[in-house]
Amino acid sequence: MEFILQPLTLLTFFPLVGVLVILFMNSEWKNAIRWVALVTSLITFGISLWVLAQFTASNPDLQLEAKYAWIHVAGWNIYYYLAVDGLSILLVLLTAFLTPISILSTWTAVEDRVKDFMIFFLLLEVGMTGVFLAQDLFMFYIFWEFTLVPMYFLIGLWGGPRRIYAAIKFFLYTMAGSILMLVAILFLGIKTDTFNVPTMLVRLPDLYASGIIDPKTQMLLFIAFAAAFAIKVPMWPLHSWLPDAHVEAPTAGSVILAGVLLKMGTYGFLRFNLSLFPNATIQAAPWIALLATIGIIYGAAVSYAQADVKKLVAYSSVSHLGFVMLGMFALNAQGVSGAILQMINHGLSTGALFLLVGMVYEQTHTREIKVYGGLWKVMPVFGTIMLISSLSSMGLPGLNGFVGEFTILLGAFGSKAIGSPWYAGISAIGVIMAAVYILYMFQKMFLGPAGEITQHHELKDLNWREILTVAPLLIFMFWIGLYPAPFFNLIAPAVEKLLSALPL
Amino acid sequence: MTQTDFYILLPLTVLTVWACVLLLVDLFIPKDRKGITAFLAALGLAVTLGFTVTQIGREGTGFNGMVTLDGFSTFINVLILVSGLFGIALAYGYIKRMGIDRGEYYTLMLFSITGMMLMAQAADLIIVFLALELLSIPLYVLAAFARPNLQSEEAGVKYFLLGAFATGFVVYGTALVFGATGTTSFSGIFFAASNGTSSLLLTIGAALLLVGFGFKVAAVPFHMWTPDVYQGAPTAVTAFMSSGAKIAGFAALLRVFATAFPSLSADITNVLWALAALTMIVGNITAITQTNIKRLLAYSSIAHAGYILMAFVPYGNKEVMPVSIAAGLFYLVSYAVTNFGSWGVVIALEKAEGRGLEISDYAGLAKKYPALALAMTVFMLSFIGFPPTLGMVGKFYLFRAAIAGGYSGLAIIGVVTSLVSAYYYLRVVVNMYMREGDPTIEREPWLNFATAATAIITVGLSFVPQWLFLLASTAVF
Repeated sequence: MEFILQPLTLLTFFPLVGVLVILFMNSEWKNAIRWVALVTSLITFGISLWVLAQFTASNPDLQLEAKYAWIHVAGWNIYYYLAVDGLSILLVLLTAFLTPISILSTWTAVEDRVKDFMIFFLLLEVGMTGVFLAQDLFMFYIFWEFTLVPMYFLIGLWGGPRRIYAAIKFFLYTMAGSILMLVAILFLGIKTDTFNVPTMLVRLPDLYASGIIDPKTQMLLFIAFAAAFAIKVPMWPLHSWLPDAHVEAPTAGSVILAGVLLKMGTYGFLRFNLSLFPNATIQAAPWIALLATIGIIYGAAVSYAQADVKKLVAYSSVSHLGFVMLGMFALNAQGVSGAILQMINHGLSTGALFLLVGMVYEQTHTREIKVYGGLWKVMPVFGTIMLISSLSSMGLPGLNGFVGEFTILLGAFGSKAIGSPWYAGISAIGVIMAAVYILYMFQKMFLGPAGEITQHHELKDLNWREILTVAPLLIFMFWIGLYPAPFFNLIAPAVEKLLSALPL
Repeated sequence: MTQTDFYILLPLTVLTVWACVLLLVDLFIPKDRKGITAFLAALGLAVTLGFTVTQIGREGTGFNGMVTLDGFSTFINVLILVSGLFGIALAYGYIKRMGIDRGEYYTLMLFSITGMMLMAQAADLIIVFLALELLSIPLYVLAAFARPNLQSEEAGVKYFLLGAFATGFVVYGTALVFGATGTTSFSGIFFAASNGTSSLLLTIGAALLLVGFGFKVAAVPFHMWTPDVYQGAPTAVTAFMSSGAKIAGFAALLRVFATAFPSLSADITNVLWALAALTMIVGNITAITQTNIKRLLAYSSIAHAGYILMAFVPYGNKEVMPVSIAAGLFYLVSYAVTNFGSWGVVIALEKAEGRGLEISDYAGLAKKYPALALAMTVFMLSFIGFPPTLGMVGKFYLFRAAIAGGYSGLAIIGVVTSLVSAYYYLRVVVNMYMREGDPTIEREPWLNFATAATAIITVGLSFVPQWLFLLASTAVF
């Protein structure tokens, strides 16, 4: 009983209750199924707030630990081990926050196999929360791989015309990265005789100092972990699965994919690469910064060239996550906390953009930018919300994106680890480019003369459900933009602790 | 024959007698009620299983060191007997539906199982040979059981010819080993070899044995027969053969090399390394192009032989070996369970005259029969090594053993080929879920039971693998 009542256990596995209920419902009761899924995810969100209430912001260590011996036979030391700290608390909240929003967005968009959809969606939530909470590498790997399965079905079953291709590409690409990580996990597990990350962190320094794991091996391990995470982020040049997956995925899938799944990659770097392989991290920092900078510029440039608005938003993710990586590998307090905040920001603003694109797509069934035009006149509410989200995404001061990007650039400029202010300087151009492609998109779709679709379609403005879906995101955009201190306070102690362990 | 001798072979004796009696009893069972034979055969296996379970924790040798009883043999015997029960469950409705429900089917299965069990308990090359023949000959007949179906006959003949060829290797190898050491008992060979007996003859002998067993477990490059035989044989036979014969083959391989030839490990380890790597690579890559589900699963079974072989590579290293054996045994269990389940699904969809066996015939399965499609998805994920399935835990264990033994390269080949395998296993899932079609299935209670049970085991056991870990790690010799 004690095991189940742990706050983090409840948070991770509560969606399974919804899955069980839905499993026994007739697949024709579509609305009832939707309600069960929504209520389940709302309760999960409630649990995440309860977790936040018990979380001590000033404590840099892992908290609310749920730790039980799981597989402890025959030389195995695997724990059931969930815990949260400043590095993960916001991401856990983001997951619990975005899931009900995404479910709400499918209310009319998904009519086919609603039962299966909701089951996969709730399973996905279990996997994502688990990834952010697991402190045992075996458990982490299980959750990490498991998230692929429901997402694969979400893309492959409810996606666009090329969905099967996109689903398989997504699956194989991501798996390609994680299998290398598996080998590295096993290697670490054998050398340290544990899979439990905090214990590993205690034992590793000796192994490094005594040369049992030499610097070259450390670098290889770093690369093996980085391969899994870099594909997920995705970092340039490993991003090619992303546009396909995003364009083909159903709206709710895109929201979760951009909002949470990509963060699993950046979180992985933060949680594992930085702490497990400190020397390799410092060695690799300039290279990661280089790739991140290329990603920022490349993503922005390619976004500008897109004719499909969903693809535009997808490529903008490559650019935004480049900022996250740049900030993280600045390896100073500003950079890393900026990076964590930017993960949340990207989840909010890109999530909102995908939701909005999905809403108009539901009416018109096209995403081509050039057929729209003059939308503002027909759909003023939609236009306003889109404008706010776009400005948040491009980093306008007063909205959340600015705070994140500014802190990241500040960190990257002064970073000893990166060693050159040029990366930050070039990346700053990315901010300008973001303004270009976002405003270009906005202008073509919302301003100017009415386009083909706007003229010939009876377009309805957003209804109450749709406004309710995006409103929570808007609130946070303003909150983080105007008063980010509470968020930084949650992050800061853990970041301090993480960085103090680096031999910088 | 002393009491100990008798006790050591007790389950085996019971099953042999049961099979002989069943052969006679079957004559009096009317043609349209062969279900009774199936029931009696299953009962025999259950009784034998009961006797085997009483042997858990017992050790000993019998018949002047010709056979042995230890944790390893008991583990394998239990696994084989359970496989036999699943084999009967899959066959029960299938052979009736295909019009081949002759009573010998079950008797032959029982005889083959006695051969497999003897293989696990062998402590002498002569017994290994005996067991090999005892397990193979009924399988040759079973492969051709759907006569006058040409494919089945072809499968039988092909299996027989190549199997006989393989047995020839084993006999020749045994002769050379005897020539080099003057004995055929494992402990005698071990003793002679470590006292520096001329090793060239011994090495050639061991290599020939390896070839022979390689045929049995379908390791590349001795795998050529597998796809044709698996495709041509009645599917229920394939299911049994691909689990049971493989388990027995690996049991023999492991025991012979680990107890008789550890002194040759410097040479043999490299060969095993290459065999494992080749088997994983060729098996997985060839599977990609298959369109027939039976051939796909055949290549998949070849590929999995490669993974299991991985556990054998460090066989001369006393420190690593216990972990490796345990990992290998664990993987055998996870493979056997998943394998039976997936063949169960194949049988459910198969129609007369070999229709319903293309992967495209699985299109639309998820919409019409969601439970069956879900089960197949579980099996496919388990084959890939994806959570939450037993296959994932098995691969984790296996790769860990390989890395701990210093074979990181092999582990990397293992994970990369797993990635390749994801492509073709997912194709089955894609067809079931994402393409439109109108498949029909046969609903047979025992088949449904076997498929559901294996699916539940595959998922459920992945959350609590402790006790299977424990069993596997105590099953050493």
